[in-house]
Amino acid sequence: MTAIENRVPAAQASDTRNQTGETMTQPLTGERESQSTGGSDAVVVRDVGKIFTTKKGATVTALENIDLTVAAGEFVSLIGPSGCGKSTLMRLIADLDTPTSGTLTVFGKTAKQARLDQEYGIAFQQAGLLPWRTVRANIELPLELHGFSKAARTARSRELLLLVGLGDFADNYPDQLSGGMQQRVAIARSLAESPNLLLMDEPFGALDEMTREHMQAELAHICAETQAAVVFVTHSIPEAVFLADRVVVMSPRPGRIQAVVDVKLGAGERTDDLREDDQFFASVSEVREHLHGTHATGVRGVENR
Amino acid sequence: MRAAFGASKGLLPPILLGVFSLAIWQAAVVWFNIKPFIVPSPLSIGAQFSENFATVWSNSMVTGLNSLLGLLLGLVIGVCLALIAAMVRAIDELSAAVVAAAMVIPIVALAPVLYGMFSAAEQTARILVAALAVFVPVYVNTLKGLRQVKPVHRDLMRALAAGTWETTRIVTLPTALPFLFTGLRIASSLAVIAAVIAEYFGGPIGGLGKAITTAASQSNYPLAWAYVLGSIILGLLFYLASMGLEKLVLKGNSSR
Repeated sequence: MTAIENRVPAAQASDTRNQTGETMTQPLTGERESQSTGGSDAVVVRDVGKIFTTKKGATVTALENIDLTVAAGEFVSLIGPSGCGKSTLMRLIADLDTPTSGTLTVFGKTAKQARLDQEYGIAFQQAGLLPWRTVRANIELPLELHGFSKAARTARSRELLLLVGLGDFADNYPDQLSGGMQQRVAIARSLAESPNLLLMDEPFGALDEMTREHMQAELAHICAETQAAVVFVTHSIPEAVFLADRVVVMSPRPGRIQAVVDVKLGAGERTDDLREDDQFFASVSEVREHLHGTHATGVRGVENR
Repeated sequence: MRAAFGASKGLLPPILLGVFSLAIWQAAVVWFNIKPFIVPSPLSIGAQFSENFATVWSNSMVTGLNSLLGLLLGLVIGVCLALIAAMVRAIDELSAAVVAAAMVIPIVALAPVLYGMFSAAEQTARILVAALAVFVPVYVNTLKGLRQVKPVHRDLMRALAAGTWETTRIVTLPTALPFLFTGLRIASSLAVIAAVIAEYFGGPIGGLGKAITTAASQSNYPLAWAYVLGSIILGLLFYLASMGLEKLVLKGNSSR
């Protein structure tokens, strides 16, 4: 694994940078009860529920009473045991599923409109690369679909390949790459149109621990550069804490937000040194306590079995 | 599959086996004085083949053209119907029974009926028999291929706000392509077999099947076998051509 050698500045407007800079310096409140649904927030989820109906007619409540606001440029991790609906919540934001109740806006638009306007980039647990396309063609897919010129596509894919440290692999096919490299291609693809919102569903879930930490540091670096808001689904506590400004802890059956933990790791870029930081350990413990329910906050009943 | 296109090392054993079998055959016919109407010797078949090469060639062209037209027709119909069935669930359910029926019908047995429907002086019925034989494997395999799209790819295309046609072109068709080619490979030799056998049941003069029955009825068995050899070569050519096309198109698509 090579570190990123050429750091390419993202094509983001500088005003976005200032805007989010201010947001970052403000003290983060627990539930962040922002009532604004204006363009300054990346994602606003209000009282959203999702009920799945199985073929036999039985219903499963995947999500209940979800309230969440993700500010522009903010990194939010969703964490919880499997079946807590964290992936479902991300899929609702991406308009891959529709909520049964409640409202959900992305940059002030409906989720569907935001998807049609390509307001977000997305990465899944599986890299989901098209095996018959080269790495370069995979990264250029979103640009190709949305009518960018050949020259613009080539320039952007070269930039992104350098950003994820895969400059030498442009003409390889995905199955010639390791799992970590494939995931980096998928992340590069999600960044292709410089979205202001990144949705990531356990993108490092299938990677080994070492590759995983390396990828986390690279993602932190990429996010610091692009200043995009991120909704990051994970089931790893250190991963959630290391990357996020806020960690949203969810509980299963029905999926609810159990607690929101502010991670105070300073305004600077997240580097591997922070993994040894006292504040890092404190936040990890706090998230763990919420997950295991030993430090009951009194907000929700704790399942004792 | 690899042997046919592989290095000469992979090609040598089957050739040796072939030559050895022919030698045994020739020796058996000579030693046991087997009559030509039972089994002619390979050498006499070979002699008839080269002597009558011009007629074998012209008859092969007739059957070859019928097979090719039938193959193309069956391919187009099979792929189109598979596309429609993959998109519209109702059509898939409706067509399932018809396709199952088409699979059990001995399609060449339709030839006499088709000669009646179209003129017995035209090649149409033969082409249709070949097309029907091709349709089934192409349709079944293509439809299966169209169902192989991974959920993550479907989600990706939706997230990228791609339209139905874009999704079909970029994800669904490339996913189905290896399956389509499997169907085509089976269908290619089926097309020749169907076209040859359809000629047994009537239709105009010309074609390898017609030539085989004519030669056999004149008790010219070595010549009949020379035409059989011609149809074997024709079928082999169709098979190799479809395999070559598959290699060419799926180049770089090495993930499967």
